[in-house]
Amino acid sequence: MKPRHKRFMFIGLGLIALAVASMLVLNAFQSNLVFFFTPTQVANAEVPKGRGFRIGGMVEDGSLTRESDGLTVHFVVTDLAKRVPVTFKGILPDLFKEGKGVVAQGQLGPDGTFLASEVLAKHDENYMPPEAADALAKAKAAGAQSSSTLVVNPR
Amino acid sequence: MIPEIGHYALILALCVSVVLGSLPIYGAAVGNSMLMSVAKPAARGQFLLILLAFCCLGYAFADKDFSVLYVAATSNSQLPLHYRLAAIWGAHEGSLLLWVFILSIWMVAVSFFSTHLPEAMRARILGVMGLVSMGFILFMLTVSNPFERLIPAALDGRDLNPLLQDPGMVIHPPMLYMGYVGFSVAFAFAIAALLGGTLDATWARWSRPWTTVAWCFLTVGVAMGSGWAYYELGWGGWWFWDPVENASFMPWLAGTALIHSLAVTDKRGGFKAWSVLLAIFAFSLSLLGTFLVRSGVLTSVHAFATDPKRGLFILVFLAVVIGGSLILYAWRAPRVGLGGGFSMVSREGMLMANNVLLVAALGSVLLGTLYPLFLDALDLGKISVGPPYFDTVFVPLMTPAIFLMGIGPLAQWKKASLPELATRLRWAFGVSLVTALALPLAMGQWTPLISLGLMMAIWIVTTSAVGLRERLAHADGSSLLGRLAAVPRAYWGMLLAHCGVALFIIGVTMVKGFEVEQDLRMNVGETATIGGYTFQFDGTQQYKGPNYIAARGTFRVSQDGREVTVMYPEKRRYNVQNQTMTEAAISPGLLRDLYVSLGEPLDDGAWSVRLYHKPFIDWIWGGCLVMAVGGVLAISDRRYRLAWRRKEVDVPAATQMARQTVS
Repeated sequence: MKPRHKRFMFIGLGLIALAVASMLVLNAFQSNLVFFFTPTQVANAEVPKGRGFRIGGMVEDGSLTRESDGLTVHFVVTDLAKRVPVTFKGILPDLFKEGKGVVAQGQLGPDGTFLASEVLAKHDENYMPPEAADALAKAKAAGAQSSSTLVVNPR
Repeated sequence: MIPEIGHYALILALCVSVVLGSLPIYGAAVGNSMLMSVAKPAARGQFLLILLAFCCLGYAFADKDFSVLYVAATSNSQLPLHYRLAAIWGAHEGSLLLWVFILSIWMVAVSFFSTHLPEAMRARILGVMGLVSMGFILFMLTVSNPFERLIPAALDGRDLNPLLQDPGMVIHPPMLYMGYVGFSVAFAFAIAALLGGTLDATWARWSRPWTTVAWCFLTVGVAMGSGWAYYELGWGGWWFWDPVENASFMPWLAGTALIHSLAVTDKRGGFKAWSVLLAIFAFSLSLLGTFLVRSGVLTSVHAFATDPKRGLFILVFLAVVIGGSLILYAWRAPRVGLGGGFSMVSREGMLMANNVLLVAALGSVLLGTLYPLFLDALDLGKISVGPPYFDTVFVPLMTPAIFLMGIGPLAQWKKASLPELATRLRWAFGVSLVTALALPLAMGQWTPLISLGLMMAIWIVTTSAVGLRERLAHADGSSLLGRLAAVPRAYWGMLLAHCGVALFIIGVTMVKGFEVEQDLRMNVGETATIGGYTFQFDGTQQYKGPNYIAARGTFRVSQDGREVTVMYPEKRRYNVQNQTMTEAAISPGLLRDLYVSLGEPLDDGAWSVRLYHKPFIDWIWGGCLVMAVGGVLAISDRRYRLAWRRKEVDVPAATQMARQTVS
């Protein structure tokens, strides 16, 4: 093989490898994107069927109930316009509290209950997860309902 | 008064950095050695000024001076002294000061260990580092000053985030920053070489030890961050593919690619332009990481909206550093030349493949980290990229890289023969294949991923053994010990670092394949068994810490009826921020960790509890430590020490005499 052909082969193989790697990456990327929806969007059936997504808002006051196994919990996520009941089995994060912001990841069950596989609360006491704050702000902007008790305080 | 002294020292340091960033570089361009000789004293003077500023901030924290805004925001009078001092780097402003402080440490180190460099090179290197520090100090003085006063003074501080009140927090950021900022030396070497147009093998030999030291610090820093997440976040994960973690992982990938590419530049003179580009990337990603983590942009891109000046400064700074160095690169790199040719099957070829794979991995992490931020910034919706993405991408990208890791060190430079390599490695391959298939079966669970992981780990170890044996066969010396001593330390370092990767892979594989997790409700006196260990819950007691109150649970752990250990997980409530924290109890071991954390209190003293049995998890961090030790061993190699010593002899007698008369 002449050096020139060799170089072509080099470059060709490199390009093929690059193409394969990009395809792999983009494919994985596409199938692992998790979209975020607000309770209003869930109520309007804008969410994908059979695919996981994230939902965010505020945990409604007084909505938290616990089953006797001590692990399965039910609560309601609201953006003060619409409410979505959520079921989660596991240990809730330290910062989970009624009246505070929350983001949960999971799927929508057939009965309209959100079955959370993960409840996220990587924030401190006076901080609202940006997604949750956003959901509340959107619902408020839509003029559905306003609340004077709500303090959205992203740091 | 003290904070003002610190502030003033910072202003003076800015002035010095302006001098350092201009005169020596200009001097090097026109060949004026008077101007070039400014670099050394300026770098050292700047170090003293920033040290002073750093001590002033430390004093303000120790003294509980809540009239300083930053102190009031990140500490509290109840906070113990060591955490008050660690709070210096507990938030944005102070961590920038730490960054600049560490940069000045590196500059002083360069000024001391660069006697063997040509004067113009040294002047340019220190000048470039001076420019970087100028940018950072300017940023602090204009928009994020840690010495800003709070008038009237706060009665007490808002306290340090309880998550950060941990011994790991005291050393993790300085370690990580030593790594981040250490890449600025490699960057400065690269820019200096571009400016001077002297990119050759000696350049690579000079910048190699600096890059490796920075890489070692970064390796330990990233590992410590992962360890901190494991025991402090309280839920047993060790890596979440969280943007904050990715921000530290990306420079690591670039740095790993860089040390391999520099090896080719050093030994064969090839990959020169590529090494320079990687040095620029590694440092740019370090800058990006610093800003991503500390600017608040990750919690929300709109955090910038609350302080647009800060965001603007960061963007402009990044654009100047990255854009400027890339333009310089585009302008000067074509002159560099390509170096010797090589065949596809050769050590160069395999190191190139290693670099391509590492950079592809880097690109995929960058995509997964920045894409959601872009979408959010452009108001195109909120998304997140889950850990499954990174897992799916990393396994296929790293598998060939690790396979090559076994072959590369055995292949010849320039041109190697595949059949010959196959013969040399057939035993290593056979042993790793058979063990990888048989071992999981013996442990009672077989999945393709467990076998793949074990195979890669054993492959690294066996090929290292083959390589070492061949080295010993060719080494001079009659006794085995003599021959062992004849093998250069750089080679030992490489073997050790590669075996560190093997340990790491074993840890990851075993944890992913065999860990047992159980969330359950436990009444007082109840027992639960996982992984052969029986946990008995003896209830919780109230307990008072220095700045928190805690419920402390007692778990008696037994194996085969014999008590092994007693574990005390806690649920803490920190007084000032009224924040709850889970403190897991961990019983570490060489072959397994036991991990208990308290969930929530239920009725009758019962708690929801999470129990883990994590086999081999400590190997993950042990592997990282071994990698770093390998790096240290490599830079202690004779050839680097010789470079310094030779220069001392070379210094002309006249200058030495002149020095003596001056002193």
